[in-house]
Order: sequence, then structure tokens, then C-alpha cells
Amino acid sequence: MRKESLQAWLLLLPALVLLVAFTHWPAATTIIDSFYTTPKGSRPPRFVGIENYADLMTDPVFWTALRNNAIYAVWTIPASVILALVMALAVNTAMPGRALVRMAYFTPTMLPMIAVANIWLFFYTPDYGLFDHILSWFGGGRHNWLGDRATALPAMIAVAVWKEAGFFMIFYLAALQAMPPDLKECAALEGSSRWNFFRRVTIPLLMPTTLFVLVNAVINAFRLVDHVVVMTRGGPDNATTLLLYYIYEAGFRFWDQALAATLTVVLLGLLGLLAWLQFGVLGKRVHYR
Amino acid sequence: MRQIATTRRTLLGSAAATLAAPAVVSAQGVTEIEFYFPVAVGGPITKIIDGYCADFMKENADIKVKPVYAGSYVDTLTKAVTATKAGQGPQMSLVLAVDAYSLVDDEMIVPFDTIATSDADKAWLKAFYPAFLANGTIDGHVWGIPFQRSTIVAYWNKEIFKEIGLDPEKGPSTWEETGEWTAKAIKREGDRVTRWGIEIPGDGFTYWLYQGMVAQAGGELAGDNGRKTFFNSDAAVEGLQFWVDLMNKYKSHPTGISAWGTGPRDFLEGKTAMIWHTTGNLTNIKNNAKFPFGVAMLPAHKRRGSPTGGGNFHLFKGANAAQRAACLRLLRWLTSPEKAADWSMATGYVAPRPDAWETPAMKAYVAGFPQAAVARDQLPFAVAELSTHDNQRVAQALTDELQAVLTGTKQPKAALDAAQEKATRLLRPFQKA
Repeated sequence: MRKESLQAWLLLLPALVLLVAFTHWPAATTIIDSFYTTPKGSRPPRFVGIENYADLMTDPVFWTALRNNAIYAVWTIPASVILALVMALAVNTAMPGRALVRMAYFTPTMLPMIAVANIWLFFYTPDYGLFDHILSWFGGGRHNWLGDRATALPAMIAVAVWKEAGFFMIFYLAALQAMPPDLKECAALEGSSRWNFFRRVTIPLLMPTTLFVLVNAVINAFRLVDHVVVMTRGGPDNATTLLLYYIYEAGFRFWDQALAATLTVVLLGLLGLLAWLQFGVLGKRVHYR
Repeated sequence: MRQIATTRRTLLGSAAATLAAPAVVSAQGVTEIEFYFPVAVGGPITKIIDGYCADFMKENADIKVKPVYAGSYVDTLTKAVTATKAGQGPQMSLVLAVDAYSLVDDEMIVPFDTIATSDADKAWLKAFYPAFLANGTIDGHVWGIPFQRSTIVAYWNKEIFKEIGLDPEKGPSTWEETGEWTAKAIKREGDRVTRWGIEIPGDGFTYWLYQGMVAQAGGELAGDNGRKTFFNSDAAVEGLQFWVDLMNKYKSHPTGISAWGTGPRDFLEGKTAMIWHTTGNLTNIKNNAKFPFGVAMLPAHKRRGSPTGGGNFHLFKGANAAQRAACLRLLRWLTSPEKAADWSMATGYVAPRPDAWETPAMKAYVAGFPQAAVARDQLPFAVAELSTHDNQRVAQALTDELQAVLTGTKQPKAALDAAQEKATRLLRPFQKA
């Protein structure tokens, strides 16, 4: 027995070392740092208890970032998942040029986010950007998409959805391909309508995939901020500041280690709560074969 | 076969030489220094800097210089600070002049006047334009040596000026002229504006362009050695009102935020008659404009005024005595009148000392391209770029409120009051007891 457990620990060791060194240890030190002040020059960090958290509660930028991130998540998650499903269903049928269409849907996923952001930066350019150009054919005027508080965050959301949907489509497509064709034949014999088949058979069978995709979509809603850096730097007036972007600003522009650590702990807690909800609540309703 | 053998022998020989070389040379007392420079790898600037380093090492065999290209200004600062905290920092780095306060507060850099002690060194420190030295001078010490410096100028499209009945050779010299002239340049198709009068970037460096307007209104944004801000002074409000007037009164400036990157592009496409932008864009506009263009100093209101911008060299604490001396020699070489002139002509940055503009090469360049001299002529009116303790955050507080005004959600006075309140809070830890 002992030999076996030793062997097991040895097998786990490489993963354990990496996880501890790059995930658990930094997480633990971040939590500790969030109870101390930022060290400056010869002034060492000082223990302040929950003062950093109290400061955060009165920081208007934090609340703006939190609200922006909530809006960002509420729109990007369902939009990209539904779009992915629709695209997967579309390219799962027999049609001419299917490989080409699949590739076209998947292309945004292969591009680095920085490149995507630069392409969209051009799309959004007032007057001669793609969108204003198309709108001008219908008599539309100039839109300052990224420079207007009302449109800046929706513009960020559109980029994220465009980037993500193709990636999720691949998983749906794989699941659809793995679905046995006899189910469809069976349903046809029973005289079931296509909508009924989709609702009663396809959707339930796709649930494991949907859970997986949802988890990824939630993580991405808090992780994908590269385009904010390139396109708006959180502006105008914090209209596109997301939590992770604010952490970056606090940590590497303001050099405020205490604020950055506190924000990170809050984000960590938020993601933990969401993961618990997803696996605990949604996971129970998923039917695995 | 013979050839291969020779090659191999040569290879082995040179490898041995390379291995032996450091030992031999360091025995003669070679000092190695490393500096970070804010540019992405592979750009034209890296070639220029590499060339300078090679030339310097040829003339100074006892110093080995290694430039490290570290990305954007912010990246460079991040890397330099992180590496220094880990005890492996560079001896020198070029970072934004306005970050000097943060570096001093973090006790990362040493002032140049403590090592530049000979008479020739002292004369060298005095040779720069005072406007460029201002940002690096804190508590009576010089912490930053100007090198990659810029300022804001106004570019105008001479063809459009001619078309709307203005003298194409003259840029607007007051706020009123700026407003009225640019309003004439507007072109419409129905409700749609197809050509704007002027664009002033409102993202990224919002406070920088705004600072020009405040200076012109006779005010300043910060003082008391970086411990106080005057964001809601009368001049500050008046300056912001001018920007708002361009949008709402003269209607010659697009509403909302105009992007930093699209300004030059709009100008080159003839979508706007004028832009305010960095002198760093001069070479780009010169190379790509298909129409004659003029460069003017920013207009005057109560006075002329424009902030300086760009980066200074800073000396990090990790450098030992020999390395500090070597850094000083490198800097004195890099900022000699001839090299400063060469750098300015190659990049479009403003040569940081008056005598660089008196070199024969620079004189010939300015004679053929007089637009290049506008930035120099504006320097007597230039003010130090906004810089305080906790600089990035104080500037961000101002930028947020400015953008709220530009996007029409706040009135200038209310926004600037809020910015001032926030800045006062941020600067509280730095007040003298």
C-alpha cells in the first residue's frame, strides 16, 4: 500500500510542483499582501487589516469596473454561446462550401486578440471605418463608437463575442457530429417535428458541452481584456474599465500593490462563487451518458 | 573537404578567441553598462541606437554598452522597476520624464548632479533647454537627462486654408482665430460633416493636450515640487472651456473623444483642416502628406504655451561607481550637439539643447524643412509636463474628468472640482508635516 501511495505522489509531483509554484503560492501571497500597505522605497509594508477592502468599497472606479464587467458578462456569455450553437447547427448540415464556412467562422479564434483589436479599431474609426462607411450608404452620420460613453462598452462586447463564438462553435460541432444519426431517423419515424427534436433531443444531449462552454465563457468574461488595452485604455471616463484591466492599472501603472492585491482577491472570490454556482447548481441538471 | 576543415578550424579559433576575450579585456578594466530604451524590437529606432552604441564603443574601448529594447514607455518602466526590485536592474533607463517623481519616491534612481562634478560636467548640465530639464529637476537635484523629447504643435493643411479663403502660409495665432478659421473649414453633406476644422486627441494623453490650453490661459496644473495641483483654478476652467467651445460654439471639433491614432490619419486624408499633435509625428506627416502643410506653435490666449513631453535618461541605484562614471560618459557623448542634432533629424524628436541647432548639419536641415524649427521656437514658451508624486494616478484622475466633459456628461467647473478633490486626496501622504 505504502509503495503504491508513494508512486502515486511521485506521479502527481510534476503537476503539484507547477500548480503550487504558479497558482497556489501566488494566490496565497496575494491574499496576504491585500492586508498590507504598498511598500515604497525604504518604507516596508505595514499590516492594516481590512483597511484596503474598506478603501475599495469607497473607490468609485472599482464600482464602475464591477458594473461594466457585469454588463460585459451578461451580454458576452449568452450572445457568444447562442451564436456558437447557431453557427454549429448551420455548418453541420450538408451545404456547398461547408469547409470554407467552417473555416471562416473559426478564423477569429485563431487570430491573437491584439490583432483582432487592431482590426476592429479600424472598423470603429469615425467617418471612414467599416461601420460608418456602411451606414453612410443609408444616410447615417458619423459615429464616434469608441469615444462615446454610450457605445464604447457595447463596442467592446461585440469584439469579444465575435472572437469567442467561433471557438465555442467547434465544441458544439464536435458534439453534434458525435450524435448518433439513428436518433434522428427514430424521431422522423415517430413523426416528431424538427423543432421538437431539437428541443427534446439535441439540446439535452448538448448539455455537457453547454456546461463546458459556459464555464469557459464565464472565465473569458473576466479574462479577455486585451482589446480594452489596445482600443480604449478603459476610457472614455472609465466607460470600458473592466476588473482585470483595473488590476493591471493598479499593479503596473500606479504601482499600488495593496490595491492590486485587494482587487485580485475580490476577483478570485467572484470567480470562485460563479464556479460553485455553475458546477453545484447547473452541473446537477446536466445529463452525462 | 579541405574547405570544411578550414572552416571548422576557423570556427574553433574564433570561439576560443570569444571565450578568452572577456577575461582579457576585463583585466584591462572594461566597464559594462546596460540601459533600457522604450522601443519595440526591430523598429528603425533600434538601428539608430545600435549604431550610436557601436560608435561610442569604438571611441571608448574601456566601456561596453548594451541597449535593451523594452517596448512602450509603460512597459519599459515596468521592466526597469521590476528588475531593479529583483536586484538585476539596468544601470540606466529612458522612461517618461513625468515618472521621475515615482522613481524618486521609490528610491530607485540617483541624481546626476552628484556624479557630474567637474566643471565640464556642470557646464553640460546647464546646456539643455530649461523647459526640458524642468521635469527631471526635483528637490534641487537633476534626476533626468533629456534625450527623446517632444512638444505639441498645430499642423494645418495649406490647401484647405487656400480653398476657404485664408492665407495658406499662416496658422492661427489666437484661440479666436483657431475657432473661427477652423469653423470655416467645415464641409457638410446634409446633416453629415465630411470635413472637420480641427481635431485634438482626447484619449491616452488627454491631460497633455489640455495642459497646453491651461498654459495659454496663463495657468499651471501642478506646483510645490509635485505636491499640489491646481486643476480647478480659473485658468484651468478657462482652458477646458476653450476645448468645449471648439465642439459646441464653433462646432469645428467633432464631439466626444477623438482618438490619438486617428488624428494624423484624418489629417493626411484631408478629413480635418488642422490637428494638434506631438512633434513626434512630424516625420510621419512629412513623408505621407500629399498636400502642402504648415506647422505652427499652439495659439496664444493670455500667452503662448505648450507642455514638453517624452523621455529622459535616469540613472539607477544599482550602478556601481565605475558604471555611474561610464553612464555619464555615454550620456555626454549621446547628447553632444552633433549627436543630438543627428538624433533629432533621424527621428523628429526635438534636439534638447540650443547649440545642437547651431551645428552645420542641423542648420542645413532646417533651411530645407523650416517646419522642423517650430518646436524649437516654441520652447521658450514651453512648460514642464504635468508631473506630481503618484503621477500616473493623479494624471488619470484628471483624464477621467476631462473625458467626462468631452463626452458631454459633466460641466468643466464641476468636473475639474472633482479632479482636484481626488488629486488632493492622492497627494495627502506627500505633504510635509
